[in-house]
Amino acid sequence: MPMHVVVSCDGQIMSVGPTLQRVCGALTLVGRQFLEVFEVTRPERASTMRALLKLADRKIVLRFRARPSRQLRGHLVCLARGEGALVNLSFGINAVDAARDHGLNHSDFAPTDLTVEMLYLTEVKSAVMDELKSLNHRLQSARRAAEAQAMTDALTGLANRRAFDAALDRAVASAARGAPFSLFHLDLDRFKQVNDTLGHAAGDRVLAEVARVLRAQIRQSDMVARIGGDEFMAIVTGAGDLESLRRISHRIIAGIERPIDYDGTLCRISCSIGVAWSVAYDSPTARTMTEGADAALYQSKNGGRGRATIHRHDATDAAP
Amino acid sequence: MHGLINRSIQCFLRDTYGAAVWSRVSAGAGLPPEGFETMLAYDAALTDSVIDLAAQELGKPRDALLEDLGIYLVSLEPLRRLLRFGGLDYVDFLHSLDELAERAHLAVPELNLPDLRLIPTGAGRYRLCCARRRGYGAVFAGILRAMADDYGALALIDAEEGAEAVAIELLQAQFAEGRRFDLAIGRVR
Repeated sequence: MPMHVVVSCDGQIMSVGPTLQRVCGALTLVGRQFLEVFEVTRPERASTMRALLKLADRKIVLRFRARPSRQLRGHLVCLARGEGALVNLSFGINAVDAARDHGLNHSDFAPTDLTVEMLYLTEVKSAVMDELKSLNHRLQSARRAAEAQAMTDALTGLANRRAFDAALDRAVASAARGAPFSLFHLDLDRFKQVNDTLGHAAGDRVLAEVARVLRAQIRQSDMVARIGGDEFMAIVTGAGDLESLRRISHRIIAGIERPIDYDGTLCRISCSIGVAWSVAYDSPTARTMTEGADAALYQSKNGGRGRATIHRHDATDAAP
Repeated sequence: MHGLINRSIQCFLRDTYGAAVWSRVSAGAGLPPEGFETMLAYDAALTDSVIDLAAQELGKPRDALLEDLGIYLVSLEPLRRLLRFGGLDYVDFLHSLDELAERAHLAVPELNLPDLRLIPTGAGRYRLCCARRRGYGAVFAGILRAMADDYGALALIDAEEGAEAVAIELLQAQFAEGRRFDLAIGRVR
């Protein structure tokens, strides 16, 4: 037994196993008093041989008094009358540290001892945990990518209708807590002609250019979405004022009216805008805001296109 | 077949023969671009089709490819270490193979390795029988060969064709130095 100690009746160490001696380094154990080398802490302290022998057949916790004081687990068996006791020790739960610190190998453990199996399991467990962690990580990234894809309009890279509806609900909830916003509804003018005369590729090119203009004019923290063929919506947060809403609208219209080159042909389009302003409503909802922006857009279209209208709940404020 | 096994076949093909070979094999087997996931289970027929496609692609006999897979597995340090837990020397290690499937179960309950039986057949001679599936004999021939090197033992290892068994003749238990193995490797306490 590589971790055993034989103790005589008067407490002297008569023999020790090779692994135990190895762990003790230069300190020769044979001949010393057991209780001077080891401190017994559980199930109760034992400072005399008599007290020690009373712990027979129970799980004993003890440690080296010398540094570094390693905790051990023991099992004491009384030998024939007058011959003292046999104490078999093990490293218990600290086996990994002990094996590393003392460079122990298979032959340092009793064939019946499962410490090597425990070390094996410790190692295999961390390998499996690492695999699970990396699987989780990959699934997480895949989920994020799928979510982003589900929220994005593939052609323009803007948000899609689904993402927009969610953002509008959030904006309405924030407005209820005192954070106002404006809802822009844009519809392209003369887009159908581009599609009909130059084909869908030209139409796609124009839509991508419109998206670029919108991204440039709307802050990144706000949201722009393509919600239909040539329909866009934007949420602009902050109170602003009618003047600044008009300014933004005009910049967008001016940007979109800039001719777009498609294979040497210049495409000229414009857009009409309707804006709903949450400040104008007592308690704005997604529906009332959308209806307000729609009504204002309708008015812009009727007023001759290429213009913006700001819905003011009871009245509307038309701008050229 | 467990994802761990499939994934190790994937890594073997990719690391040994290149990403292009692996992507042709994986496309042929109808796998997704990211290949196998280690912690998922797959149909066993899929594993066979990956191995058959790879053997075809490389113009190699199936068993030779599987033996190389065995050698490759031992070249992975974490796996080599887990195998070295089997014993202090090569003979101990050979005897520990009887418990390999149980050990694997302790680690990953869903991982079914073949039941291995080591049968002494004479002085320094053994026969390792691999029950369960076609191909394991060749894989273990590769593993045993690489592990003999790892322990520094001189041994003749031969897969018995069609029998899913490996013949082992141990010529010298400690022929060379062997690679170092510590039961517990440095980690921060």
